[in-house]
Amino acid sequence: MRTYQKIGEKDTRSGFGEALLELGRNNTNVVALCADLIGSLKMDAFVKEFPERFFQIGIAEANMIGIAAGLTIGGKIPFTGTFANFSTGRVYDQIRQCVAYSNKNVKICASHAGITLGEDGATHQIMEDIGLMKMLPNMVVINPCDFNQTKAATMAIAEHVGPVYLRFGRPKVPVFIPEDEPFVIGKALQLTEGKDVSIFATGHLVWKALEAVHILKEKGIAAELINIHTIKPLDEEAILRSVAKTHCVVTAEEHMMNGGLGDSIAQLLARKLPTPLEMVAVDDKFGESGTPDELMTKFGLDTVNVVEAVLKVIGRR
Amino acid sequence: MLTNDDLKNIATQVRRDLLRMIHAVNSGHPGGSLGCTDVITCLYFSAMEHDPKFNMDGKDEDIFFLSNGHLSAAWYSVLARSGYFPVSELASFRKLNTRLQGHPTPAEHIPGVRMASGSLGQGMSNAIGTALAKKLNKDTHLVYSLHGDGELQEGQIWEAVMYAAAKKVDNLISIIDCNGKQIDGPVEEVLSLGDLHAKFTAFGWKVLEMNGNNIAEVIDMLKIAKANTCKGQPIIILMKTEMGFGVDFMMGTHKWHGVAPNDQQLADALAQLPVTLGDY
Repeated sequence: MRTYQKIGEKDTRSGFGEALLELGRNNTNVVALCADLIGSLKMDAFVKEFPERFFQIGIAEANMIGIAAGLTIGGKIPFTGTFANFSTGRVYDQIRQCVAYSNKNVKICASHAGITLGEDGATHQIMEDIGLMKMLPNMVVINPCDFNQTKAATMAIAEHVGPVYLRFGRPKVPVFIPEDEPFVIGKALQLTEGKDVSIFATGHLVWKALEAVHILKEKGIAAELINIHTIKPLDEEAILRSVAKTHCVVTAEEHMMNGGLGDSIAQLLARKLPTPLEMVAVDDKFGESGTPDELMTKFGLDTVNVVEAVLKVIGRR
Repeated sequence: MLTNDDLKNIATQVRRDLLRMIHAVNSGHPGGSLGCTDVITCLYFSAMEHDPKFNMDGKDEDIFFLSNGHLSAAWYSVLARSGYFPVSELASFRKLNTRLQGHPTPAEHIPGVRMASGSLGQGMSNAIGTALAKKLNKDTHLVYSLHGDGELQEGQIWEAVMYAAAKKVDNLISIIDCNGKQIDGPVEEVLSLGDLHAKFTAFGWKVLEMNGNNIAEVIDMLKIAKANTCKGQPIIILMKTEMGFGVDFMMGTHKWHGVAPNDQQLADALAQLPVTLGDY
């Protein structure tokens, strides 16, 4: 199996921006909307090359979601772009009625998700968005882990017919998924093989978990790391197959424990294969100002936290 | 080409339909539905170019959004009477397993409905989106939306109003049902909208006004509105209506917003609305 190692450092949002431009070139039905955050969402290149297919909505996210839903009538594939907080919590009812319930082909693309948004603080650091979106019937929820995966995910969601929530982040983080790694919506990506513990990670925590796997190896623990980029639909088969082998589980994500990936996996295992499980996630707290690294440490979302969770869950096996 | 008398007859039958539908399940919204029956009838039977062999994209046809989705009974009746689905299906309104949900939705695949509505204030944004898609597709047909006046209290409406004018969405005709009433009482008392004509003018819209319960006036004004499209401005029609129009005891009050008539009240109402096309 492939070895995944750091091949660079880039922000995941730039992967979105590059893919959007490529999609614009490949598919004339792709249109983009933004609520006054073109630069932050890395939509500049699309705006420049396809001004007639770009809609600057202004600071009016509810209107943006409604217009995006309307654009699908006539065959357009709208990609909306703003921060994750304003892509979900601010417009929940608009998404619920006009996108999810109406089953429209809208791609809600959300940057600056989670605590790594950093210094702006808790008003902007949404860690409930995965939960909000995964509760909506018809909604696909994807949280890619690096630049290349975000780019591949953006390309993939244009092919999927139906509502999608795509969540990515602000800071530069390690790139470790090869450019040619296929991205299949709903199919987990196994990064390491192991018999002692299954680690299921999503988003920025996948790299942290990979670092943890190396530390655990030195301790004689063989961890199986599986990247769950698609939180909904969940790749139940891949999860159950791994857990049947390892008999203990750690989940890792930059999100609240309530409503996140760990919550989905715990629910699956409780129903089909009850197994000791530990979660690396934020425990019912709002974020605060700080650098992304400082915040990941303070809120228990670091490599060491994954290692500790593994040691704890192996003890419970 | 239907005459105004033909349209009046259709509207009378639609009023019968919606009252019977609401009565049958003891739930629904008769007041606003009766008030807007004339304009929805005129749109589908006269003003709009549309195809009852429904397709979601609606390319090369005019498209209508009912933003005040609680008027579903009136819309369903007009859609059925226009040939979108069998008139007999109106009997399933609001019942278990129906395609005619309490508020409209495409989720159950009912022909004619392209967007869920009911949570208010969202339909103008949807209409703008579809109008923009039409421009991209070089489709010269128009987009219509209908809103309640109370609905204008929703903030999203004003985001949409600002956008449509600033971005010159001029293939859009929005109609406001100015019946002056909402659930808790007169709009003027609940939360006054002020001078709507002045507000929409200030936002940059072409503002028209009409009596929405006068078929001849509605037909004329929809023609005028259409003639004013594609001139760089979105069009708004402030449409004065009487909530409960057509049934004497339902007029002049807001209490029939969301209350079904009982057996006697239905009989009294239907006595004022003769069968014109045959009941479902």
